[in-house]
Amino acid sequence: MTKNLLLKKEVQQVLQQVTDPEMPYISIVELGMLENIAMKRDGFVQVELLPTFSGCPALNMIQADVKEKVKERLLEWNDDLEVEVTFRFHPPWTTDRITETGKEKLRQNGVSPPPASFTAGEPWKIPCPYCHSMYTTMENIFGPTACRSILYCNACKNPFEAMKPIANLFEGVENKWLN
Amino acid sequence: MQREDMVLCELLYQLADDNFILAYRGSEWLGLAPHIEEDVAFSSINQDMMGHAVMYYQLLEELGAGDVDALSHCREPESFRNAILLERKNGLGHYLENPNYDWAYTVVRHYLFSVLKQIRLESLYHSSYEPLKQAAEKISLEHYYHSMHWETWFTQLMSSTKEARHRMENAINYCWQEFDGVISLGRYGKEICDHQLIVEEEKLRNEWLKRVCTTFGEMQFSPKTSPGMESGNGRNGEHTEDLTEALEVLSEVYGGDKQAVSW
Ligand SMILES: [Zn+2]
Repeated sequence: MTKNLLLKKEVQQVLQQVTDPEMPYISIVELGMLENIAMKRDGFVQVELLPTFSGCPALNMIQADVKEKVKERLLEWNDDLEVEVTFRFHPPWTTDRITETGKEKLRQNGVSPPPASFTAGEPWKIPCPYCHSMYTTMENIFGPTACRSILYCNACKNPFEAMKPIANLFEGVENKWLN
Repeated sequence: MQREDMVLCELLYQLADDNFILAYRGSEWLGLAPHIEEDVAFSSINQDMMGHAVMYYQLLEELGAGDVDALSHCREPESFRNAILLERKNGLGHYLENPNYDWAYTVVRHYLFSVLKQIRLESLYHSSYEPLKQAAEKISLEHYYHSMHWETWFTQLMSSTKEARHRMENAINYCWQEFDGVISLGRYGKEICDHQLIVEEEKLRNEWLKRVCTTFGEMQFSPKTSPGMESGNGRNGEHTEDLTEALEVLSEVYGGDKQAVSW
């Protein structure tokens, strides 16, 4: 394995330790925010991330955290290692980018992962993370943070949170009025 | 700057400033919304909309118009391109003597704007400027929830008590007199469309009217006139005192503590 490939691999491992401060139990990799790691040239790493929500206030913190952790870990490689962290919105982040491990971690923390499939205009079917009942009601689509909603379980009477499904609902939809 | 870039920047300012100023008006409701759930929802929407403004300002930054913070906080009112309706204070009537925030007005203004925003996004999916197309795609995923939110409020209040209905109709009539200023693409509108950045005003207006009037119809309401532009065209830099005051507050926050403002 070349030095650059090894470096990339290490960066990937470091990113497993970076979290959104609002959800410290799930890494940005598990959340599906990592789009690309590129070695632009020797000693220059570029990390491309997709913001979950465009107004997410944690982006600056995540950016600083990635830089710091990568630098710390890779100091032995090269004293002059340069790290660049950029956010891009294409492709848009969608909830289906969350990994299986990520979904499990959400569940363990009382947050239901987003439904696997979801159609615009139809209610979501989200099971309660505690008792798995499907008999749940939406209380507030907009929860404590941009990415979460508040629901209520009618079976075990617990309120719980769920990741708001974000899907590319309009991809390929034809808008006749434009013609 | 090339003429073509200048025209593109004009459109980007319109899109950015609309979201920016309406998110600011929304944030003034913090702690005052009808109930705690709405307070949470509304702040979340404001945060998203501020994020949308920043995405458009970033596109302007890439075109060399200045950096994001300066674009949002250090411009003179006459260089803003937002529609006048969106900069107005949250209360109708005499703001100074009786600064009562009017929830019906806020619901109507946000609802009408969210329909137009959806239509603009649909058109921007086909924009000839690739970065704008990509931004529209990202924004529309979040806007989906905003549209739903305001439509729910709109239809609920329209079919609620007599007083609610009365206040809603007043608010619609007020917004109606100004809404053509939101649809307007300003003095460079023709060039903006010639470059296929977005569809022409006429199409935006027709589609907006069609969708809004469908909902109105379900609520047994029909507007008597076409939407107007009574206070002037914000797309051409015409604005009210309300914008000047809002920008003063914003630049105080920004100038007072640059650290506090970071996107
Ligand atoms: Zn339950």
